[in-house]
Amino acid sequence: MKGDTVRTRQRNTLLLLLAPVTLILAAFFMVPLGIVVVYSFLEPGLYGGVEWTWYPFNYGRILGWPLNDYEEFDPIYLLIFLNSLKFALLTVLFSLLICYPAAFWVSRMRAGRKGLVLFLITLPFFTSFLIRIYAWLLLLRPTGFINTTLQTAGLIAEPLDMLFSGFAVVLGMVYIFTPFMFLPIYANVEKLDHSLIRASQDLGANPVQTFLRVILPLTAPGIAAGSVIVFIPALGNFIVPSFLGGSKVQMTGNVIERSFLQSRDWPFGAALALLVMASVVLVLMVHAVRSGRSRDRVVA
Amino acid sequence: MLYFHNSKKHWMRRRGVHRLGFLQIATAYKEYQTPEGPPVKALNGVSIDVRNNEFLTLLGPSGCGKTTLLKCIAGFEDLDGGDLLLDGLSLRSVPAHRRPFNTVFQNYALFPHMNVSQNVGYGLDVARVARAERDRRVAEMLEMVGLAGLGGRRPSQLSGGQQQRVALARSLVLKPRVLLLDEPLSALDRKMREAMQIELKTLQHSVGITFVFVTHDQGEALAMSDRIAVLAQGRLQQIGTPTEVYDRPANEFVANFVGTSNLFTGRVIAQDGPDLTVETANGRRLRAQGTGFSMGDAVRLVLRPEHLAIVAPDQGQPGCIIDGRVTDAVFVGSVIQVHADVGFGRRVMLLHPHDSRNAQLDIAPGAAVRIAYAPASAHLIAAEGGLAG
Repeated sequence: MKGDTVRTRQRNTLLLLLAPVTLILAAFFMVPLGIVVVYSFLEPGLYGGVEWTWYPFNYGRILGWPLNDYEEFDPIYLLIFLNSLKFALLTVLFSLLICYPAAFWVSRMRAGRKGLVLFLITLPFFTSFLIRIYAWLLLLRPTGFINTTLQTAGLIAEPLDMLFSGFAVVLGMVYIFTPFMFLPIYANVEKLDHSLIRASQDLGANPVQTFLRVILPLTAPGIAAGSVIVFIPALGNFIVPSFLGGSKVQMTGNVIERSFLQSRDWPFGAALALLVMASVVLVLMVHAVRSGRSRDRVVA
Repeated sequence: MLYFHNSKKHWMRRRGVHRLGFLQIATAYKEYQTPEGPPVKALNGVSIDVRNNEFLTLLGPSGCGKTTLLKCIAGFEDLDGGDLLLDGLSLRSVPAHRRPFNTVFQNYALFPHMNVSQNVGYGLDVARVARAERDRRVAEMLEMVGLAGLGGRRPSQLSGGQQQRVALARSLVLKPRVLLLDEPLSALDRKMREAMQIELKTLQHSVGITFVFVTHDQGEALAMSDRIAVLAQGRLQQIGTPTEVYDRPANEFVANFVGTSNLFTGRVIAQDGPDLTVETANGRRLRAQGTGFSMGDAVRLVLRPEHLAIVAPDQGQPGCIIDGRVTDAVFVGSVIQVHADVGFGRRVMLLHPHDSRNAQLDIAPGAAVRIAYAPASAHLIAAEGGLAG
């Protein structure tokens, strides 16, 4: 059968081409993830490391079935998780408020200026993440640029207490993640057919109706994609809160970092990390199902 | 001006009330800035009185200002000068969404996220028409354009012709005072386009709405319109019925743009009532009929290809004869396009009936032929340019 030979050869070629990425993902992603999963069900060793015994109480400490002899259920971890959720959602909200109008503004520029603005938006990627966050620390601290400027101008008497607060953390994350929100929304807005806006006006819709009935539904995929891309890294972020939140603002990422590196309770850190991962996967699945459904609507 | 701050619905209710002048375009001016050089005058003092219930076509080559004019009527662009009056009242301060006009766009601009019914019902929804009435009117309109039963489809699932009908239905369901159509047939193939021409004309009759139709296709304009307004370089060249525009073009531009013309330029050298004799620079003398010209006037003689006939060498009225030699004979079906060299480097084109009665006339390339016409069919226009040709 000649057709079969061709098909077999094609399949072999495909397998060969996929082999490197499969090996890398298996060795450096699936295996470590498996270790994390296994560790999350093991008992923490007294001096770090793990005891190889079945121990579901790492999750218990977080979710409410602790092993009473050693551990106590402390709702603090759930509260910190909810707090992280709040910060991540606020980050999504504010970066959306910045990026959505900006995307329309940029899409209407002429070609040359458009290219320049898109370059400026991606420019921060060329500088270290840590340096950019550290810069905010210098800007926000009581003797920093913002406070000294406002004081010199006579607008405030005492320095504002901006650093080490929820405000600083959300500000930092919005700053870091804005380009990730901007690019998917821009890609969507850019291909929005302006004759549809005209058609809506022409049919008697006022600007608000045109926005709600035509522009918003047609740019919703970009908004959803941008929101997911910002939400996921914001939820697990630990660098921004540890720089700008100090000890006052805790996100789950900080607790995970501390369990691994300071309290040396790897199983607990692993359990917490997997819970964050589970909520991220949930968001991704909802997004995939929803965008799949809207694609079906267009194609079917 | 309170009058205009009412909704579109209010305009609709006024239908049937006595109207003065209907839609008047009064010395409309519109300029566009260009990155290089001076601004382009897209509309340079255009005045048109659009009549109630007529099918008016704005005809012209690309860049003549026809689409700009349509956008200004719709309200997507504002005039730089002049005025736009509906029932004698200015529309210039009325935003697009409050004007009682609807547009069928060149690319149809159907909403891809809505099905056919939702598209057609859009204008009724934003006007907050009651559900039952909305559904009834949408169904009625889909029936009218032959899309009954397709209400649940997405625009992407429809053919070009069907999308066109949805766009029409979406506009007509609002019973606009004027329907604006921006080259809506240009995306269709030839057969479909011809079918839609007839259908549009019939539809316009049955709904009794004024249509302002933009096209660059003179055949389309002649076939569909009650009146044609020919535009070029931002100016109105001529407005009239298709027959008027075709038979009595106002100038050389119209003569060449609408149909094909053989033009001879010369001066009036003899006048006897309406009968004139024109002499070209080469000394060729041709008779024509026309009024408003006097001795010595520079004129152009317009001869339509179908008004020229190849006759036997001893036939034809004196002064209405052009002798020449066939350079090309192109068989196009019902007729043969004959191109002939008539001396002094001039060529004429005529349509020769493909008919057994003409069998004795030799029209093979190289054959000497006598071309004749009736003086009444030769139309005279004032020559704007020089006397060359």
